[in-house]
Amino acid sequence: MDFFLEVLIGGLLAGVMYSLVAIGFVLIYKASGVFNFAQGAMVLFAALTFVSLGERGVPFWIAFLVTLGTMLLLALAVERLVLRPLVNRAPITLFMATLGLAYITEGAAQALWGAQVHGLDLGIEDVPLDLGGLLVSQFDLFAAGMAATLVLLLSVLFNKTRIGLSLRAVADDTLAAQAVGIRLSRIWVVVWAVAGLVALITGLLWGARLGVQFSLSLVVLKALPVLIIGGFSSVGGAIVGGLIVGASEKLAEIYAGPLIGSGIENWFPYVLAMLFLLARPTGLFGERSIDRV
Amino acid sequence: MSLSSPPLLELSHISLSFKGVKAITDISFAVARGEICALIGPNGAGKSSLLNVINGVYQAQEGQIRFDGEARRHMRPHHAAERGMARTFQNLALFKGMTVLDNVLTGRNLKRRSSWIEQALGVGRAPQEDDEQRRRAEEVIEFLNIQSWRQSLVGTLPYGLQKRVELARALAAEPTLLLLDEPMAGMNAAEKKEMSRFIVDINREFGTTVVLIEHDIGVVMGISSHVVVLDYGRKIGDGPPDAVRANPEVVAAYLGTRH
Repeated sequence: MDFFLEVLIGGLLAGVMYSLVAIGFVLIYKASGVFNFAQGAMVLFAALTFVSLGERGVPFWIAFLVTLGTMLLLALAVERLVLRPLVNRAPITLFMATLGLAYITEGAAQALWGAQVHGLDLGIEDVPLDLGGLLVSQFDLFAAGMAATLVLLLSVLFNKTRIGLSLRAVADDTLAAQAVGIRLSRIWVVVWAVAGLVALITGLLWGARLGVQFSLSLVVLKALPVLIIGGFSSVGGAIVGGLIVGASEKLAEIYAGPLIGSGIENWFPYVLAMLFLLARPTGLFGERSIDRV
Repeated sequence: MSLSSPPLLELSHISLSFKGVKAITDISFAVARGEICALIGPNGAGKSSLLNVINGVYQAQEGQIRFDGEARRHMRPHHAAERGMARTFQNLALFKGMTVLDNVLTGRNLKRRSSWIEQALGVGRAPQEDDEQRRRAEEVIEFLNIQSWRQSLVGTLPYGLQKRVELARALAAEPTLLLLDEPMAGMNAAEKKEMSRFIVDINREFGTTVVLIEHDIGVVMGISSHVVVLDYGRKIGDGPPDAVRANPEVVAAYLGTRH
C-alpha cells in the first residue's frame, strides 16, 4: 500500500510539472482561441536566457528579473509584429503564425546563447524526503509549491480584476470587444507577458530537471494530452489534467508495465487523451461551444 | 432641431472605398444632440459602412468626423467608445460564451477607475466600484426587461433576446451617441414594436442621441425625427421624415419600389 501511495504521489507531483506547461497554453488559448505552438520555444528561450545570465555571474534574482523583462519585450514584439497585423483573422491563421514564431524564438535563443547543454541548479536538492514513511521528492514538492503560488496569482488576476472579463470578451469576439472600448493590444500584451512568466517558471523547473537544452522546447508534447483531458480553456482543467496524466502514467508504468512491456509512460497519456476525445471532446473543464444551427 | 447648439455628430465629405470599389461617396450630414436619426436606403447603399466609419471600424479615405466637439480624420473603435459612442452590430457581436450579466458588465468596462492592483487585492476604490458596476448593470437589465435571463449564456437565447442584450450592453456604457445597426432585423411585428419602444424610451429618459439603420419604413417614420437616405453610396435625402417621404428622388430610389 505504501508503495502504491508513493507511486501515486510521485506521479501527482510529476503531473504538476505537466500542468505548468499546460497553463501557458491555456492563457493564450483563453485570450485568442489559438493554440500557441510557440509556448515550448518560449520555455526554452526563458530558461536559456536565465541560465546564460547566471553563468556570466549575474545573481539569481537579477537574472530572474532581466529574463522576465526579456519575456515582456517578447510579448510586446509579438503583439506589434504578429497579432496586430492579423487582428480579426481566423484562428488557423494565428496558429500558423505561432508556428513560425516558435522557430524564430528557438533560433533566436540559440543564436544568442549557443546550443550547448547547460546545467541549472536552483539550490534545491533532489533527494527523497521521508514524510511519515512515504518517500517524496523534495524537488517535486518545491515545484508543486511554485505551481500552486502561480495558479493563485493567476486566479486573482483573472477573476478579481477587469482584465479577466476583458480577456474573455476579447477571446469571444474581438470586434465587439473593440466596440465596448477594450484595447485589444493591451490585453494581448498582458496575456503574452503572463504566458512569458509561466514559461520562465516552467523553464526553470524543467531546466533544473532535464538540463537547459534544445529538447526543453519539446515539453510542449507533454502538455498536449493534459490540455485534451483538462480542456483548453481552463486553468483548473490544466491542473487536474496534469495530475491525471502524471498519476496515471506512473501507475500504468509500475503496474501494467511488467505485463505488456515497459515504456508505457511515454505513450499512455496519449491513449488516455484519445479516449477523452471520444467521450468528452472539450475535456473535463473546457467550454462547450454553443452553435445555433 | 435647435439651431443654437452645435450638432453632436457631424460628417463632412466622407468617402470610403474598398480596393477601388466605392462604398460611400462624399457624404455629409449632421446629427443634432438628442435626436433619433435614421439611415435608410436599399441594400448595399452604404448604410452599415457609414456606421462603421462613424465608430472607426472602417477608416474613410476622405472626409472628417466631428464628434462632441472633437474633429478627427479617422475614428478608432476604442477611442470612439472612450468618447461616448456605443453600438450594436447588424449580425450581433455578443460574447456568446458569457452570461447576459457579464455581457452587460463588459459594456461598463470603460467606467472603471480603479487600478488592476486595487481590483486584485480588493482594496481602495475597487470594492465600491464593483458594487456600482453591478448596480448599474442591473439597472440596464431591468430597463430592457431581461432580468429573467441574467444568468443565461447569451448563445443559448433566441435571436430577438440577443438583440436586446446587445442593446443593453451598449446602453450600459452610458453613451452620448448610440449607433444601432438594424436593431429590429429578423424580428416579428410584436418584437419590433417592443424594440422601438425601448429605443424611444432610451432617447427620452437618458437623452441619448441615436443613429439607427432600419429597413422597416413604418418603424423609421414612427420613431425618428431625422432621416438620411442613401443610395449607391450617395446621400439622396436628408431631413424630417415627412419631407423625406415627399422627396421625389427618394421615392424613386427607395420607397418607389414599395408603392
